[in-house]
Amino acid sequence: MSSALETLINRPYEYGFVTDIESDALPKGLNEDVIRLISSKKNEPDWLLEFRLNAYRHWLTLTPPEWANVAHPKVDFQDMVYYSAPKPRKKLASMDEVDPELLRTFEKLGVPMSERKALANVAVDVIFDSVSVTTTYKDKLAEVGVIFCSFSEAVKQHPELVKKYLGSVVPTGDNFYAALNSAVFTDGSFCYIPKGCRCPMDLSTYFRINNGESGQFERTLIVAEEGSYVSYLEGCTAPRFDTNQLHAAVVELVALDHAEIKYSTVQNWYAGDENGVGGIYNFVTKRGLCQGVNSKISWTQVETGSAITWKYPSCVLIGDNSIGEFYSVALTNHHQQADTGTKMIHIGKNTRSRIVSKGISAGQSNNSYRGLVKVSAKADDARNYSQCDSMLIGATCGANTFPYIEVHNSTAKVEHEASTSRIGEDQMFYFASRGIGAEEAVSMIINGFCKEVFNHLPMEFAVEATQLLGLKLEGSVG
Amino acid sequence: MISSSSKVILEVRNLSASVAGVDILKGINLTVRAGEVHAIMGPNGSGKSTLSKVLAGHPSYTVTGGDVMFQGKNLLELPPEERAHAGVFLAFQYPIEIPGVSNSAFLRLAYNTLQARRGGEDLDPLEFNDYIREKSKIVEMDPSFLDRNVNEGFSGGEKKRNEILQMAVLDPTLAILDETDSGLDIDALRIVANGVNKLMTTNNAVIMVTHYQRLLNYIAPDFVHVMRGGQIIKTGDKALALELETRGYDWVHA
Repeated sequence: MSSALETLINRPYEYGFVTDIESDALPKGLNEDVIRLISSKKNEPDWLLEFRLNAYRHWLTLTPPEWANVAHPKVDFQDMVYYSAPKPRKKLASMDEVDPELLRTFEKLGVPMSERKALANVAVDVIFDSVSVTTTYKDKLAEVGVIFCSFSEAVKQHPELVKKYLGSVVPTGDNFYAALNSAVFTDGSFCYIPKGCRCPMDLSTYFRINNGESGQFERTLIVAEEGSYVSYLEGCTAPRFDTNQLHAAVVELVALDHAEIKYSTVQNWYAGDENGVGGIYNFVTKRGLCQGVNSKISWTQVETGSAITWKYPSCVLIGDNSIGEFYSVALTNHHQQADTGTKMIHIGKNTRSRIVSKGISAGQSNNSYRGLVKVSAKADDARNYSQCDSMLIGATCGANTFPYIEVHNSTAKVEHEASTSRIGEDQMFYFASRGIGAEEAVSMIINGFCKEVFNHLPMEFAVEATQLLGLKLEGSVG
Repeated sequence: MISSSSKVILEVRNLSASVAGVDILKGINLTVRAGEVHAIMGPNGSGKSTLSKVLAGHPSYTVTGGDVMFQGKNLLELPPEERAHAGVFLAFQYPIEIPGVSNSAFLRLAYNTLQARRGGEDLDPLEFNDYIREKSKIVEMDPSFLDRNVNEGFSGGEKKRNEILQMAVLDPTLAILDETDSGLDIDALRIVANGVNKLMTTNNAVIMVTHYQRLLNYIAPDFVHVMRGGQIIKTGDKALALELETRGYDWVHA
């Protein structure tokens, strides 16, 4: 690979700084006492402590999954901090009292914490290490009955809703990391869209890991009542450490009759350096339940960060005529590894799913798509269309596609298409000979390649994602 | 023939170049003036295509000696994109496929980038659409090609026509056509050659690298150079090409 290509891919990570802030953290290690302590720090009700302890006891019986096409040293779950919160100086009455260091941090990250400076029409919940530091536009949303707050607050203010839906989509024992999350999750976002409500603004959560030794275990729960609609966005960054941090989140979505949830992620966790040292292990369970008839859940993800990504945002299509969608761009560079994809489980009649996955690999990275399309016996006339495209930049990276198709109903129609292309010196020279420099060339190729996915992102995110991919690839092409 | 008083566009002096440690060009001398068409012929492995790529700045080739002046600029100091901005164009022997990028978007970016360098106006997609449809006629190209990805799934002839379309859009001072005639049937050859002829003016010049005399039936060269072993061993006019056609390359000696 020539040098222009390389410089383009190898641009440094912009968000790698650490905020110097006093934090209240538990010592390393995990046992029932740690879980009780987390629960008591958050003044949780007994049922939630029980939920955690049950999950923990189940987790002890599980072993980490090893089927993914990634390689990493065993995670030492006792060598990790399970709770870390910025120490508040006193109880906060308003945003003006948030630690200015925190405000500066999020300003640097481009996340507006103050409503005055906020992105037009996007409400933001900001999570720093283990806790939510603020949620904007809460009052305005409350006027239409939308609940958007931190998970901890939801437990206090809306226990009946949390109790009803928590673990209803991703059961505590679902998998190793989901069980761990259920035991130790510290915060996250909660959204509830009431019946018939079209949420007047995009809801968004911004996750920041700051502590070098803490894991981040957040929990997001979104419930869309009958006939409602919400668009939710998620962004993530972390400082540059030469150790690996674990991020094991659980996201649960529930869409009732005629409801629609659009969930967009731009994931830019620290990916490690060019030698593969450091970076986040992003082991995440995301699942949506299309419980109601004519409901729809759409996942759009742009995965550019993390040393390792293990993530399969899925849809369980229970309601008749329900629709599940998955649009993904996963970019890996240097020594990053990604094993990501989706599961579309067709249970209701006349259910539809669509999968568009674009994998871009550069450097020595490895990028795998893994997806399951399952049509159960009762899912008459189910339809699926999957398209998995891989792009290789340079000659030292890898791309794989692992599609699993299980059909138990003869009326089903399942289509799968896949392609692989390579961008190398010849393409870059072709652009150059037409007067187009490496940076623009890569941006054009990547945008062309990812267009179909970017079209599904909200406008601000689409612009951000385009720039982000350009930055990530700076130096890799040439 | 053009009078030797017209302006020199390209001056290649004693140019040597290697690829992967193997010397390919061993002292090329070539002067190209405005309004001239130069044909470079020679057997396989004589260095014809290498010369084209070195002039355009392909990163795999290392210049080991000599210099190249292009309209007063030291061409060898410029990265390939700046050579394009300066007015050098290479029509590829094997045009590259660019997945996911439409031909029209690619051409528009190339055009607007060049316009910015030349201090000209940008064209928005609609304006460019009109512009490019007009240009497509030069190579009798169906406008549907503009919506397809660059060279993806194009036949050999379509790719070569697309190269000449790019030449029409970028309006270079020096166009280097690297075996643009190879793989073309007689109709496609005529279309491509007509396109090049339409683009020729007294202010620009063309270097055609070719194996065959037949291209020269359509585009009349002012000079024919024979390359062998990385050097130009003989220069003549159109008659030399005809002679080569009947006698082969072996009779030519330095």
